[in-house]
Amino acid sequence: MTATTHERHTNTRLYLQIFAALGILTVAEVLVVYLPAEKMLIAAILVGLALGKAIMVAAYYMHLRFEKSTLALIAAVPLFLCVFLAMALMPDHSAVERRTLNVAPAAESGH
Amino acid sequence: MSQAAVANPGMAVEPAESPLTPESWGKLGMWVFLAGDAMSFGGLLAAYAALRFTSTDWPNPAQVLGIGLTAAMTFLLICSSVTMVMGLEAIQNNDRARFTRFLGLTVLGGIIFLACQAYEWTHLIESGLGLTTNPHGAALFGTTFYLTTGFHGCHVFGGVVYLSIVLFRGMAGKYDNGNWNEVEIAGLYWHFVDLIWILVFTFIYLV
Repeated sequence: MTATTHERHTNTRLYLQIFAALGILTVAEVLVVYLPAEKMLIAAILVGLALGKAIMVAAYYMHLRFEKSTLALIAAVPLFLCVFLAMALMPDHSAVERRTLNVAPAAESGH
Repeated sequence: MSQAAVANPGMAVEPAESPLTPESWGKLGMWVFLAGDAMSFGGLLAAYAALRFTSTDWPNPAQVLGIGLTAAMTFLLICSSVTMVMGLEAIQNNDRARFTRFLGLTVLGGIIFLACQAYEWTHLIESGLGLTTNPHGAALFGTTFYLTTGFHGCHVFGGVVYLSIVLFRGMAGKYDNGNWNEVEIAGLYWHFVDLIWILVFTFIYLV
């Protein structure tokens, strides 16, 4: 057996615990959609739940938690860049006066 | 093999270790690839957000798309991630039979996911939602939906092919006795596919 840095015991229990957590969060996500709350709040909760699930998959199934931390940094870079990208496009969100809620068109303002 | 080892076969030379994953250059390479691939999906999702929020007649996804089926698909991919990591652990413990069983289940999970996606797409296309047509509102709804889920579906398909090859190689004994590195690398790709779907499902179907 080649020398390894990890113990070769069974991690089944851990994997199943993460699986259960992922299952619960998935159900929670679907239920949150139908909550009688403001859309922004629902969206924020959903993003939080999704990020939680993604981090669990990355940390435990992709083993990031037990790797050198710089590898986790490489994995975190696109997360940061994508958030930045989404935020960089936000000024375009206000480029149109009318929104999905179909309020009456506002008076044309010079842009 | 390092140059020194080739030039001086009698000389014992340490193989050049990769900086963050000393056991494998391939693992580091896969992580770097996944980081880039994540940016591709990030681009698609950021564009989706920008297009949706500048649209005046974007339909409510919960009313157009089948949330129930897709939630089941999400759960299925999560299950396939579990079977993948169990398969990796099996081959790390040199248990080829268990590895075959779990990798087989992972591939099966991927195939069923693709079948469900095909069923969902067929149903949506028949109801009139196309790449440029949408009876429920903004045409871009269909465009962004098919492009994002299609791009992900291609990743799943590629993953099914990739994992099938790993499965067959494993069954032939290529990963016995500690040579399981390739399985770990394939596992990273598959977990990435699952992870991206978790995000796509949230942003396209739920929000």
